[in-house]
Amino acid sequence: MWTLIHKFGSPPWFYRFATTAIRWLLPIVLVALVVGCVWGLLYAPPDFRQGNSYRIIYIHVPAAVVALAGYYVMAFAGLVSLVWKIKMADTAMRAVAPVGAALTFIALVTGSIWGKPTWGAWWVWDARITSMLILLFLYLGVVALFEAYENQEVAAKACAVLSLVGTVNIPIIYKSVDWWYSLHQPASIKFTGESAIDASMLYPLLLNIGVFYALFALVVMMNMRAALLERHGKAAWLREVLG
Amino acid sequence: MNSLLFFLMVVTLFPLGLGPDPVVLGELAPGILWVVALLSALTVSGRLFSADFEDGSLEQLAVSGHPLGLCAMAEVLAHWCLSGLTLVLVSPVFALMLNMPTSAIPALMLSLAIGTLCLSLFGGIGAALTVGVRRGALLLSLLLIPLTVPVLIFGTSAVSEAALGYDSTRWLALMAALAIMGLILAPLAMAAGLRISLEN
Repeated sequence: MWTLIHKFGSPPWFYRFATTAIRWLLPIVLVALVVGCVWGLLYAPPDFRQGNSYRIIYIHVPAAVVALAGYYVMAFAGLVSLVWKIKMADTAMRAVAPVGAALTFIALVTGSIWGKPTWGAWWVWDARITSMLILLFLYLGVVALFEAYENQEVAAKACAVLSLVGTVNIPIIYKSVDWWYSLHQPASIKFTGESAIDASMLYPLLLNIGVFYALFALVVMMNMRAALLERHGKAAWLREVLG
Repeated sequence: MNSLLFFLMVVTLFPLGLGPDPVVLGELAPGILWVVALLSALTVSGRLFSADFEDGSLEQLAVSGHPLGLCAMAEVLAHWCLSGLTLVLVSPVFALMLNMPTSAIPALMLSLAIGTLCLSLFGGIGAALTVGVRRGALLLSLLLIPLTVPVLIFGTSAVSEAALGYDSTRWLALMAALAIMGLILAPLAMAAGLRISLEN
């Protein structure tokens, strides 16, 4: 198993792995995305209180879930980079930051669109919404710090420290719904016991969450491939792969 | 003396912007005082290490063999005494100016004491990461504000609830937990950040 993990640290191996993964998985994941969205938007039953406007949940919740998880991916990559000094982890961290920022932005915008018919306002300073906005700032801060340094290796170290320091915010976001009274619906999906959401609405949601995770992984791999092309453009192994 | 004047002037700006209605000001007073604390932490943090970085003494400290984290902590705590602690001591005066209920003043002072310490520690981490960077002050604000939002939320909740007559111990306890975590982890993060900045 350790050999496999170390293989990921090798640019040529990772480049070949990413190319194969993207070639085979991207079509499947895109099809699954279409299935999930069509199922959720057309075939799931309407909510008795919100009618049809709740359907944006099938984009909003997966984006929010993956945005939160993505920050941990970035922080973990930072940890690996600082402790084991694996260069590939730097590339991974740099690749995740803009993707996470985009997903957070999608979650905020879809949430706002959902909020207008249900709560009557485009934006409320609710605990969870504000915490997601702070998460967006955290992601953008990491992107900005990468750009601020000219030396790439030093930039990666600084961003690793920043991501690790920022991880204290993530549990606070997650628990915020429980700690403060808010408009936001408390967690309906439970891992133990009965979920408060009906099965006919739950399954397309779970499918979309899985699809978004897979898409996140694929997009990050595409970003990493682009970064490898940029950094190792003239290397022999790359010229051999590109033909 | 400068920081006292800064606090006074910023506190004066808020009624000028929001209107002099005492009821409104009384409700907003906890938030206003906490924003003052945050702004002062931001401005102070920008200047924490830059002077030492410019004249090379930071590099000397880093290679001197003394633990860099403790040196940075000394710097941060010294600046905290001049900015955050001063605000704590002067805050009852501002609370009276903004018509905040006097029953909340102990909670205000305690929350500001713990909170400004947290803000100074996070500010030190941000400053350590951005000390050598061009336009670092702007980047520092961008990095610092998300990290300090929990402190702000807990602090204002503590004071608002005390103003309404409830017990605010749980918010103070949460802030104390953040402060303890900061005291233990900030030296590590600051030392790492300073070494990264010196490498640049």
